[in-house]
Amino acid sequence: MNTTSLKIQDLGLINYQETWALQKETVAAVLEGAPLTVLLCEHPLVLTLGRLAKEEYILVDENELQKRKADVVKIDRGGEVTLHAPGQLVIYPIVDLNQYGRDLKAYLENLEHVIIDLLADFGILATSIEGRRGVWVKERKIASIGIGVRKWVSFHGLAINVNTDLREFQMIKPCGLDVHMTSIQEILGYPVDLKEVKNKFIQHFEKIFL
Amino acid sequence: MKYKTLNEVRLPELGEGIEKATLAAWFFKEGDTVKDGDDLAEFVTDKASFVVSCNADGILAKILFKEGENVAVGAVLAIIEPSKN
Repeated sequence: MNTTSLKIQDLGLINYQETWALQKETVAAVLEGAPLTVLLCEHPLVLTLGRLAKEEYILVDENELQKRKADVVKIDRGGEVTLHAPGQLVIYPIVDLNQYGRDLKAYLENLEHVIIDLLADFGILATSIEGRRGVWVKERKIASIGIGVRKWVSFHGLAINVNTDLREFQMIKPCGLDVHMTSIQEILGYPVDLKEVKNKFIQHFEKIFL
Repeated sequence: MKYKTLNEVRLPELGEGIEKATLAAWFFKEGDTVKDGDDLAEFVTDKASFVVSCNADGILAKILFKEGENVAVGAVLAIIEPSKN
């Protein structure tokens, strides 16, 4: 689509709040002309609530959250309740949408497309579903998506369940829907090296965005 | 008699097929002093939140929608009375 360079930062396992601060800094940098930046990471267990999220979509009480050491964070992205946990690859592309036609829907679809291509490399047939964002394998959701846009620079992004402990999702009603989550590990029957998923992501992201 | 120019702030086109967005929050109230580029209001569409910025320095003279309302793209959201004319 465009000729531009790409900066990749692999943050490893990192606190949600730390990446939030880093995202803000990166948005400011991209507004000043820094290249498209992709932050890759995993988060310790955390529940994030989008702008329209209802707290009743968290299905466990305060005590249970504390026992599981789960933080709850309200954030400025679209979408409902999302859960992050180790084994899930979280990706924050900081993209100047001024260079990509200022189209939120097209951008979200492109992100879904990248994940579908990535999963195909693992022999997994995934699809997007009209009217439902995210990436799906049959009736199960494998990747969630949600962005924030300020001055046409997009932040937040996507979360792919690679080796995530899917039992954690019993704590929430993802996206306010009765959705079953799945993971690459669940589908293949064995865990996958996160590094490999990261490399595949970058490869397919570059194909669509550079 | 001297007329003041009023600046309209509109909800921009957000993408093909996106006709409306829900107003999630105002960051200022009527009468507040604002600067060009300040975050003015936040909207939500399907899986995206979008911040509309102020387009002039001045006083936020009028707010035309309430939080929770669905707003059509292109609609005037607010009027800024610029401080310099």
